[in-house]
Amino acid sequence: MQGFEYAQPKRKDEAVRLLADEWGPTEILAGGTDLLSFMKDDLASPKRLVDLKGVKELGGIQYTTKTGLRLGALVTLEELLDHAEVRQSYPALAQAAAGVYSPQIRSRGTVGGDLCQRPRCWYYRSGFGLLARDASGKPLVPDGDNRYHAILGNGGPAYFVNPSSLAPALIALGASLRIMGPQGSRDLLLENFFVVPKTDAEREYALKPNEIVAEVLVPPASGIRSAAYEVRQREALDWPLAAAAVALKLDGKKVQGARVVLGHVAPIPWRSPEAERALIGKTVSEAVADAAGLSAVSRAQRLSRNGYKIQLARVAVKRAVLQAAGGA
Amino acid sequence: MAEYYWPDAGNRRLIGQRISRVDGPLKVSGSAKYSADISRPGMLYGKVLRSPYAHAKIVSIDTGAAEKMPGVKAIHIIQGPGKVVQWSGAEILAVAAVDESTAEDALRKIKVKFEPLPFLVDEANLSRAGNRAKPAADQVVGDPDKAFQEKDVVILEGSYGLPVIAHCCLEPHGQVVEWEGDQSLKVYPSTQSVSGVGGEYAAALGIPAGNVLVSMQHIGGGFGSKFDAGPWGLESARLAKKAGRPVKYFLERAAEMTVAGNRPSTFAKIKLAAKPDGTLLGWESDSWGTGGIGGSGIPPIPYIFNIPNQRKRHTAVATNNGAQRAWRAPNHPQACFLTMSALDDMAAKLRMDPLEFFLKNIDLTGVRKELYRKELLKAAELMDWKREWHARDLKSTGPLKRGLGLSIHTWGGRAHNSKCALSIHPDGSVEVNSGSQDLGTGTRTVMAIVAAETFGLPVEAIKVNIGDSRFPPSGPSGGSTTVGGVTSATRRAAQDALAQLMAKVAPDLGVGPERLEAVAGRIAVKGDSTKGLSWKQACSKLGVKALTMNGENPGGGPLNNSGVGGVQMADVTVDSETGVVKINKLVAVQDCGLIIDLKTAESQVYGALIMGIGYALFEERIMDNLTGRMLNANLEFYKLAGLGDIGQLVVHMWMGDKEQDDRGVIGLGEPPVISPGAAISNAVANAIGVRVPNLPLTPDRVLSAMEKGGMAYARI
Ligand SMILES: Cc1cc2nc3c(=O)[nH]c(=O)nc-3n(C[C@H](O)[C@H](O)[C@H](O)COP(=O)(O)OP(=O)(O)OC[C@H]3O[C@@H](n4cnc5c(N)ncnc54)[C@H](O)[C@@H]3O)c2cc1C
Repeated sequence: MQGFEYAQPKRKDEAVRLLADEWGPTEILAGGTDLLSFMKDDLASPKRLVDLKGVKELGGIQYTTKTGLRLGALVTLEELLDHAEVRQSYPALAQAAAGVYSPQIRSRGTVGGDLCQRPRCWYYRSGFGLLARDASGKPLVPDGDNRYHAILGNGGPAYFVNPSSLAPALIALGASLRIMGPQGSRDLLLENFFVVPKTDAEREYALKPNEIVAEVLVPPASGIRSAAYEVRQREALDWPLAAAAVALKLDGKKVQGARVVLGHVAPIPWRSPEAERALIGKTVSEAVADAAGLSAVSRAQRLSRNGYKIQLARVAVKRAVLQAAGGA
Repeated sequence: MAEYYWPDAGNRRLIGQRISRVDGPLKVSGSAKYSADISRPGMLYGKVLRSPYAHAKIVSIDTGAAEKMPGVKAIHIIQGPGKVVQWSGAEILAVAAVDESTAEDALRKIKVKFEPLPFLVDEANLSRAGNRAKPAADQVVGDPDKAFQEKDVVILEGSYGLPVIAHCCLEPHGQVVEWEGDQSLKVYPSTQSVSGVGGEYAAALGIPAGNVLVSMQHIGGGFGSKFDAGPWGLESARLAKKAGRPVKYFLERAAEMTVAGNRPSTFAKIKLAAKPDGTLLGWESDSWGTGGIGGSGIPPIPYIFNIPNQRKRHTAVATNNGAQRAWRAPNHPQACFLTMSALDDMAAKLRMDPLEFFLKNIDLTGVRKELYRKELLKAAELMDWKREWHARDLKSTGPLKRGLGLSIHTWGGRAHNSKCALSIHPDGSVEVNSGSQDLGTGTRTVMAIVAAETFGLPVEAIKVNIGDSRFPPSGPSGGSTTVGGVTSATRRAAQDALAQLMAKVAPDLGVGPERLEAVAGRIAVKGDSTKGLSWKQACSKLGVKALTMNGENPGGGPLNNSGVGGVQMADVTVDSETGVVKINKLVAVQDCGLIIDLKTAESQVYGALIMGIGYALFEERIMDNLTGRMLNANLEFYKLAGLGDIGQLVVHMWMGDKEQDDRGVIGLGEPPVISPGAAISNAVANAIGVRVPNLPLTPDRVLSAMEKGGMAYARI
């Protein structure tokens, strides 16, 4: 890690002013569970670190049945999990947070940090760039070891998977972000936040270099049943091999509305209209859930070593659907 | 010549009890000082520049900019221009600076030009190894061709393999080195060989062996990877000399995973022949593996079962990877996995319960066959095998499939040569000094127990000092040799010291020394405890000088022995839709002769089972064919078992069997880690109905085996 200037603003606008208008010279620090190891590996060498933890207005959870849920970007995964209303009304979100199995990471890592954490692609993390290319510009992932890489949206140039576990749940629940920049704040549907970078210099999300994620807003969830299911090899802290979050609106037993979002299978959290269509108008059963799983992976493409993830994604969707329909 | 013996069962107060380790409080309170905690006045921090290429020639090195940096005190070239590096992570040069970050900054300013050369890092596919593959063994026993052509013979063919794995010591390799003048060196290493490693420094640095002082109080794991000084040690000493100040250098995790040793891989195509009743007739194997560029040992297959007719070929593949080192029971986990998997598959083919199949062939296991039989039956009882086991082809509904598997193992574990000096002071205090080391196994504790038992004192009355090369030398802690070595040496010294003490006090008690015994803190007349002296009073008769006796275990002798068996059984659940394997329960039945401390012995087995679950389910070094690098040189994608992954562990030490006790002490560090891979893989095969050929049993491998076996999760 190289030396840097450390800034600890007290207010949002102050924080934004401390940020450069290009990527590189500054980095935003929240819990640091990703950023610090990233910097130690020389993947970022900012001249200035802007620590948000002193900005009180970026914390706190508010909930009303009318307005829904508001999460400050600095809310930790543990706070999220501890919140009775979150567990009660947004089970998919609580389940996703619980999936980050390490109490240390949950107690330190924040919602904003979880959404903005960088991909774990091992070529990227070994210094071959976000798009993982060799010296001649040839992508490494298709011919390399891609056992943990994308099975959807993997036509290139990005092959990594989006690492956030919260994002699929939040997208399924229809969340949006309140983003703060030099011109004030703007709201953006979380679904539209994640993008596929075309060059190493771009980011995987639609934030400008001098913007911060300030809040996450989740609409009221009355009448919505949600669940998240992750296929993880270990009980110990481990990245999901595939995950799915599902939010269902039921009319009696019939599915009236459905949102199905897959995680850890594509460069962005992957919303699956195919799976949603397979559910709408149906009464959820094992067969219907499995059909939704199958539809979710209908466009999946295996790379040389990750074919098994197609199966896992399908099962994750099936189980998330069954869990959502079965739960209160 | 005195006769050395262990007290018989009726006369043991401490030996065989569950006694907490004496350094436990130090460790859990954080006050134990590991070598990585050592700090010396004026100490600098070392960092090493490593090759990013798996195979390359060093063209040029430019250290100019780094040398000018404030805080950089020395730069030492390890491999200069013209040298060829053979693996990524190979040491190029070392920097000493006032702190770690300055040393790291200096590395960034150094420019090394490489000329990359062709490399091979992945040996799993032998057909791609080309001339890197060299025949290493070709052996025939009996008449295998005939065996495979016997009438009605049943033949099983299978492929099995285990990848290279890393040791994952919690404390990485490294040390603090400090020169005194230019002829004397102090080393605070993380080592398995306190008495031995100094000689290596002396030879490499050209100083007298007596001038190297080695000190280490605690070690955060070694598992066979910490015997030698290592390039990190020798080059740090050279760097410190150049800088004129002490240097601390412990490997970063990535370096630890790539260059500090690994367990060699082994893959094999195996053919077995058996009679329809299960009698084993023949074995054929074509195996290969890699231990890096320098080769590795050959696993002893077929393991334990001495099948009468065999043909074995082994090919060694030289790959551009850091060198292998002994990994807890070198070559045995590989041999065990290959053999026990094939046997289990054969049992399935014969439609036999593997327990019956193993018992049927138990005569092939040699001298310990009776013990294996008893241990198998005990393990079966603890696993409720007869009730819980089902045949592989049992059809069950639902995605969760449960299965049981078993395996047996063996190890030597004969005591190494070990010395100690035991002193009884006139004030009654007792200390035992030895140049041994406690790998976390309880070395201090067993020494204290033996001395306390001999003197009729509580364990707390014995002060054990180890971890210093000035103490009487003790062998390296490898091969499960330490417990036998240090307990034998301690017992010998203690018996001798007690004889002398008794001779001193006998006149006062008016009896001959042969009529005295040391019990309950007293030296008293046998059969008349009213006639005696307290331990303290007795010791005061020594006058002003301590009574010091040297104890030496010559590496053998009446107090210890060699050769253990062991049986393990696994109960797993496989999610057949995701390929995720969960351990429900592991049973380990293990003998090790006379058990000194039941608690540390059990701990050893628990730890081994956990380590075994790690390599059965999660661990593999992932080398990249494109970049030549290890892709998971971290503890994020190099996965180890966590608490939730372990399941129920049932450990049964084979005790209370006079025959075992009479063998004396036998090492235990390694044997219990040999079987888990095989037992768990066999349980998975039993659960899903097909063999997953290679460890670790990851979801991709499990699903792919099911798909090939026609058992894939139904496609719609
Ligand atoms: C071994 C391991 C396993 C893990 N497994 C999982 C998992 O299964 N699922 C999962 O979701 N996560 C997992 N995590 C990741 C963990 O959840 C994240 O590291 C954590 O949530 C990040 O939060 P943080 O506050 O520490 O972020 P930081 O490390 O502080 O920041 C992360 C990134 O986000 C940016 N950032 C942070 N806050 C903001 C903001 N408000 N506005 C704009 N940018 C911001 C930072 O600049 C940085 O680039 C795992 C981590 C590890 C180490």
